Amino acid sequence: MTLSRLLERLLHTLPVLFGVSLIVFLMITLTPGDPVEIMLADSRATPEQAAQLRADLGLDRPLAQRFLVFLGNAVTGDFGISFFHRRPVWDVIAERLPATIELTLVAILLAIAVAIPLGVVAAVKRDSAIDRALTALSLFGVSLPGFWFGILLILLFAVQWSVFPVGGRTDFDLEVARVTGFLLLDSLLAGRPDAFLAGLRHLALPAITLGLPTAALLARVVRSAMAEVLTSDYVLFAEAKGLSRRRVLLRHALKNALIPVVTVAAIETGSLLGGNMIVETVFGWPGLGRLVVESIFARNYPLVQAAVLLYAVTYVMLNFTADLLYTALNPKVRL
Amino acid sequence: MRATDDRGAEGRGELNRPRQPNAPLLRVRGLRTVFPTRRGPVVAADGVDLEIAAGEALGVVGESGSGKSVTFLSVLGLLRPPGRIEGGEILFDGRDLRRLPMRELRALRGRQMALAMQDALSALNPAFTIGQQLIETLEAHGLAKDARVQAAALLTRVGIPSAAERLDDYPHQFSGGMRQRAMIAISLAARPRLLVADEPTTALDVTLRAQVLDLLDELREQDGLALALITHDLAVVAERCPRVMVMYAGQVVESGPTAEVVVRPRHPYTRGLLESLPRLEDPDRPLHPIPGQVPDLARLDAGCRFRNRCSMAVAACAGPTPLVDLGDGRASRCLRAVEVTP
Repeated sequence: MTLSRLLERLLHTLPVLFGVSLIVFLMITLTPGDPVEIMLADSRATPEQAAQLRADLGLDRPLAQRFLVFLGNAVTGDFGISFFHRRPVWDVIAERLPATIELTLVAILLAIAVAIPLGVVAAVKRDSAIDRALTALSLFGVSLPGFWFGILLILLFAVQWSVFPVGGRTDFDLEVARVTGFLLLDSLLAGRPDAFLAGLRHLALPAITLGLPTAALLARVVRSAMAEVLTSDYVLFAEAKGLSRRRVLLRHALKNALIPVVTVAAIETGSLLGGNMIVETVFGWPGLGRLVVESIFARNYPLVQAAVLLYAVTYVMLNFTADLLYTALNPKVRL
Repeated sequence: MRATDDRGAEGRGELNRPRQPNAPLLRVRGLRTVFPTRRGPVVAADGVDLEIAAGEALGVVGESGSGKSVTFLSVLGLLRPPGRIEGGEILFDGRDLRRLPMRELRALRGRQMALAMQDALSALNPAFTIGQQLIETLEAHGLAKDARVQAAALLTRVGIPSAAERLDDYPHQFSGGMRQRAMIAISLAARPRLLVADEPTTALDVTLRAQVLDLLDELREQDGLALALITHDLAVVAERCPRVMVMYAGQVVESGPTAEVVVRPRHPYTRGLLESLPRLEDPDRPLHPIPGQVPDLARLDAGCRFRNRCSMAVAACAGPTPLVDLGDGRASRCLRAVEVTP
């Protein structure tokens, strides 16, 4: 793909992002409930003080003007002050974001690592007992609600057998200097294998809960893509050339079967990043998802707006990345 | 002189042992390939016998579903499940391929017997370059010394200009005719002794078809390549294959020297095929399509499978109709073989 083509694709994402920011802005603003009243709920503020706060926060200005201000600031990376934390929104988000990214990445990698072998086996042993069992299992995996499955895992592995911790990101007595915000990375940087292992143990249950539906979905995508590819002429031709079974399956078939899988995996990563509120809440994971849930209840507009916009940007960018990967895997769409 | 030539062209490992003189390279006896279906087993190849010698070309003619492709996929051990071989012998250079372990059969594929397919666009993997697909074939058979040079030479041989530069092209960057020739180059990369060409020219225009067929003729003459040319086009067979085998509904219905079969068919189905062909020298001749349809392969009886479409059918056709040797290398399944052509 040429650079100009790349830029063109990037430019195409702008209208989407503008649309998203408009919707986000309108949705939260038009929802009933006054942030000033909520913020001042417990204090004995006079109406004048409330009006003053409203003016300070810019909430007294016309809607269109507020949107333009929001947009202008957003472009420069300024999402305002979190009503709640009384700190810049971006600082609050940046503090929580690494925990969410870490959890999501581990979950998606886990899902891919499980889904590809299972999907390949199911496709190769098509219509066998294994295939049917895997299909049933993946239906089960897709349909399990995360909050239920997460609690079940906690009950079994944390409460009953004490194999994994109940929640949180690490043990209380294990503090590692924060450098990147990614706990696994930071503990390695600090040369603390104990903290790294503790981090992994805390990641296990939430990552499994978050990754399970994705693993199930991806396994089905891998299976159907692989099954289709296996009936193709080029697989027959590759076998006729005398290549080993392994090479035919893992090189000729899998490379083509992964093309749709990459797209789904990238989109799923976006969904997981933006959709882990439940898992973060169940496991007390100090990530963005929980922050957003708290902020919605508190009508902390600037933070919700920034977070949703961040979700949208991430989603669009991951789609863009999926396109790039798709191009790398499939020479036919190389432009 | 000829003998030393043969030896030179056959420096190829474990199968390079003296063969019995006149023994065919491929000899199939009573091949029975079955596909279980919901409506019962379908015998896609039913008692097929055939022989191909080195340097020989056998034309295999029949409409879709006649069992011609299934027969040769069985030979190559490439049947897709649930299809399986239930009976018969497949002797390649004296060895029964049905008894070979999978690993040894795999080593023969590409190296001793190769497959060329109808549609190169779907036979070539879109995700790999032509060069990669050529070279991996060489590698699979331990021939990868100077692989790129060899690969370029192979492409040049099939008539692809500036071959060395085109090795890094992907299949979709080739034109249709070049792609077809590149695929044949890949099939022939490890210099197999038998090429099964399944409709290799159907997707090509007349000029390209002639080029590809010329190439196959040349390989047959120079390298002693044995060729099984599977096609539904009797005209191609008449032009290129000294011997022909006509299949119908899973069975061989007629076989013999092409020149004679075409002039004096000994089976009504062959005659039907010939009558449905347009002829250049007699463009006003009416064409006669064969009436009726191929019988349901899951619901066959012991009788002749063509009798429901045959104008010569008699009561006895409902009984067994074995393939009968008529002498002079000809055979037919028709009870009234001698009456087919007056």
